[in-house]
Amino acid sequence: MLYREAGQFKTSYGDDQAIFPIRQDRIGVAIILLAAYLAIPLTASPYLFTSILIPFLIYALAAIGLNLLTGYCGQVSLGTGGFMAVGAYAAYNFAIRMPELNLLVVFLLAGGCAALVGVVFGIPSLRIKGFYLAVATLAAQFFMDWMFSRIKWFTNYTPSGSVNAPPLSLFGFAIDTPAERYYLILAIVTVMALAAKNLVRGRVGRSWMAIRDMDIAAEIIGIRPLRAKLSAFAVSSFYAGIAGALWAFLHLGSWEPLAFDINRSFTLLFMVIIGGLGSILGCFFGAAFILIVPLALNQIPTALGIPISTAMISHLEFMIFGALIVFFLIVEPHGLARLWALGKEKLRLWPFPH
Amino acid sequence: MTATGGRRIGDVLLKVEDISLSFGGVRALSGVSFDIRKHEIRAIIGPNGAGKSSMLNVINGFYHPQKGKIIFKDIARTDIGPYDAASRGIARTFQNIALFRGMSTLDNIMTGRLLKMKRNLFWQALYWGPARREEMEHRAAAERIIDFLEIQSIRKVPVGRLPYGLQKRVELGRALAAEPELLLLDEPMAGMNVEEKEDMCRFILDVNDEFGTTIALIEHDMGVVMDISDRVVVLDYGKKIADGTPDEVRGNQAVIDAYLGVQH
Amino acid sequence: MGFFIEVLFGGFLAGVLYALVALGFVLIFKASGVFNFAQGAMVLFAALSLVRLMEWMPIPIALLVSVGIMIVFALVVERLVLRPLVNQEGIILFMATIGVSYFVDGFGQTIWGSEIYTLDLGLPKEPVIILESVFEGGVLVNKFDLVAAVIAGILVTVLAVFFQKTRIGRALRAVADDHQAAQSVGIPLRDIWVIVWSTSGIVALVAGIVWGSALGVQFSISLVALKALPVLILGGFTSVPGAIIGGLIIGAGEKLAEVFIGPSFGGGIENWFAYMLALLFLLVRPQGLFGERIIERV
Ligand SMILES: Nc1ncnc2c1ncn2[C@@H]1O[C@H](COP(=O)(O)OP(=O)(O)OP(=O)(O)O)[C@@H](O)[C@H]1O
Ligand SMILES: [Mg+2]
Repeated sequence: MLYREAGQFKTSYGDDQAIFPIRQDRIGVAIILLAAYLAIPLTASPYLFTSILIPFLIYALAAIGLNLLTGYCGQVSLGTGGFMAVGAYAAYNFAIRMPELNLLVVFLLAGGCAALVGVVFGIPSLRIKGFYLAVATLAAQFFMDWMFSRIKWFTNYTPSGSVNAPPLSLFGFAIDTPAERYYLILAIVTVMALAAKNLVRGRVGRSWMAIRDMDIAAEIIGIRPLRAKLSAFAVSSFYAGIAGALWAFLHLGSWEPLAFDINRSFTLLFMVIIGGLGSILGCFFGAAFILIVPLALNQIPTALGIPISTAMISHLEFMIFGALIVFFLIVEPHGLARLWALGKEKLRLWPFPH
Repeated sequence: MTATGGRRIGDVLLKVEDISLSFGGVRALSGVSFDIRKHEIRAIIGPNGAGKSSMLNVINGFYHPQKGKIIFKDIARTDIGPYDAASRGIARTFQNIALFRGMSTLDNIMTGRLLKMKRNLFWQALYWGPARREEMEHRAAAERIIDFLEIQSIRKVPVGRLPYGLQKRVELGRALAAEPELLLLDEPMAGMNVEEKEDMCRFILDVNDEFGTTIALIEHDMGVVMDISDRVVVLDYGKKIADGTPDEVRGNQAVIDAYLGVQH
Repeated sequence: MGFFIEVLFGGFLAGVLYALVALGFVLIFKASGVFNFAQGAMVLFAALSLVRLMEWMPIPIALLVSVGIMIVFALVVERLVLRPLVNQEGIILFMATIGVSYFVDGFGQTIWGSEIYTLDLGLPKEPVIILESVFEGGVLVNKFDLVAAVIAGILVTVLAVFFQKTRIGRALRAVADDHQAAQSVGIPLRDIWVIVWSTSGIVALVAGIVWGSALGVQFSISLVALKALPVLILGGFTSVPGAIIGGLIIGAGEKLAEVFIGPSFGGGIENWFAYMLALLFLLVRPQGLFGERIIERV
């Protein structure tokens, strides 16, 4: 199949503003969706679901949240893990205190709580910028870490401090098997990724990007920094909150605050940088990449017969991610998503170089 | 009918009265008053550091003068915010290009229309029905500006990659997209070659002519100023030293001294 | 009252440690505008290098070699990270230093190992009672803490002399004020970067020695260094006295809060108290205690 846009005429601005204006891309996306909804569930093993597909989708969702804030609105956050924790514990409390609530409503409320907390911690962004703000978001991270381990009400006074997700069901159907959980997550991520894409290609997204690129000019053309930044914090934390709830309920099942510590925040930031700042698609690339590298590090040496300790693997991981971050920031700040786009561009012109 | 086009100069649109502004010890403006009439092209000139850009910053609410009044469309204020100014119809371009470098030409121009777009987050996330209609309406408006400025071919190019002259043009487009009543241009032709300057002059005159937009313009090229402006105000060391038609100003001794750098 | 003073003292001395790390941040920020998130990782790396080298060679030589390692580190960072990213926005550089921080953490533990190592340079550790004449029972402090404070004092004095009296020091101050002016001092910007990163590396080594002696050299040093960030916010990113005073305020505030308010919150509040204090402070004075106010212009 040739990758060409010749012969495809856009007859309205609507066509031109579509997410995938080129037909081959639309076909590609359709194939991916078909695979995700039909082919994979039929063939995947439980291991694939629980160790790769489910974390991949949830990571991607959280990364989208962070990317909206950092990649689109230009506000670096080191507190995503904290906002995920808010989502997880809010969902837990809604679920155990109001068992009759529909699971989707629980997730929405969890996202809403995270959004509120996000707005509170976003307020300093009106006075401070750049790395000052990054440091301020660390405050959110450390505060949440503390709150969920020390204030016992949030963990329903469980003695160990670790909590379990209640049995899950949706509209009367129990959600137990890996495949069922996968479907639920996939549906949520599909909808939310689409919504994120819609946000960034319209008014809200432009006001975020304007703030990111030049906040003074943005203010002068009539964008209110207060609204733009706080809405970015709210939406971003909403995504992180839902991702946190999914992570806790559908991936971990039982968890403690450590599951959402500062390393989670850094990992997410790395996904966004490696995948591509300011790209929704990139979040998926970044999430996949960050999941695959440790797996590869675990498998390849053993496959080659090189003995390597787990401690060593984790150090190697640190080095590889650190080096990649620097590499991408220097060579391609728009990350894998940009490399992908460049690749497509080449393909479109192939075999003629111009 | 005036010499510069088929438009009528009307009543006073904006009046600044006795504006004083200082930064710490630096006096950027002291007691400056002048007015701008509807539909006119008003030039602000003066040597470097005279306070011209500061004046524009005061008018659109970015700097807050310590003293004085700004009367825009008959409402007097001492202190306005940039948002107020923008929403009441004041748009501008900047001396050092202030485009959103990570965005395309089209998106930059669309940001000029943000104030006119109303759909909330929820509709935006759906991108459907009213939100989509709104987007299309404004897209059409942005396209009209793109056609007007003859920048169709760079519609999708990130502005960071455009040459300087084109960036200035996109910046004008972004300001025009807001359909302002008063357009403030800070050295729109600085750093351009002759041909680009001619284009820019033509656009400024056309905007003024076709849309009836009132324009206040800072420019160092005296030829251009004398050609296109209706009235000129001259600043030097933060003070107004002359105000009048290009011909009057040209002959004014204080202005000649200021430009020749005669010591005060 | 004696107890209050004791807590306060303990806090001040923790503050000295924060100040030592913050100092490294400030040096780099002042001269290159880079917010070096990797400062904590550098402290760990320097301490690890020293403690492992000491197994092989006499202490003074190990110290010298460690200094050498930090200078090589500065050269590598300049060449591989700073130079390619010159003229990038501050925030991009900031994220790059997060990458550096990860890399250094991984690299340091790969070559030096990741256990807990006891660092013993022969610094005294026994507790002493001071101010006996002022309070009944006196105030119990650790001799080691006093030594740490003295070391920090010496370091700050040395740095002050370096900045005020030497040609290179003056050049560094010139860059901090104005990059253009720096060119005219006749020292290439690159060299200046290498020099400040080396200086920061040495400051990191000192901080590593003090912390390592107190807690053992281990990975958590790299994280505890994050505590120095609120110090920067409080003191201002560009001010050496700010780093010192900010460190003391944060150290003391944190310990007092933990001891006197903490119990009613379930304890452990020292993990975030400093951050919250700094945040609230930011809302009132965004440039910090000693930072310069920035007026934006267009
Ligand atoms: N934000 C600011 N902070 C401090 N001083 C300022 C600021 N903005 C302007 N000034 C000072 O006010 C004076 C007037 O500056 P302004 O930019 O208005 O001059 P100008 O007439 O536009 O000059 P030019 O022709 O060079 O653009 C100058 O001395 C300038 O240094
Ligand atoms: Mg100016």
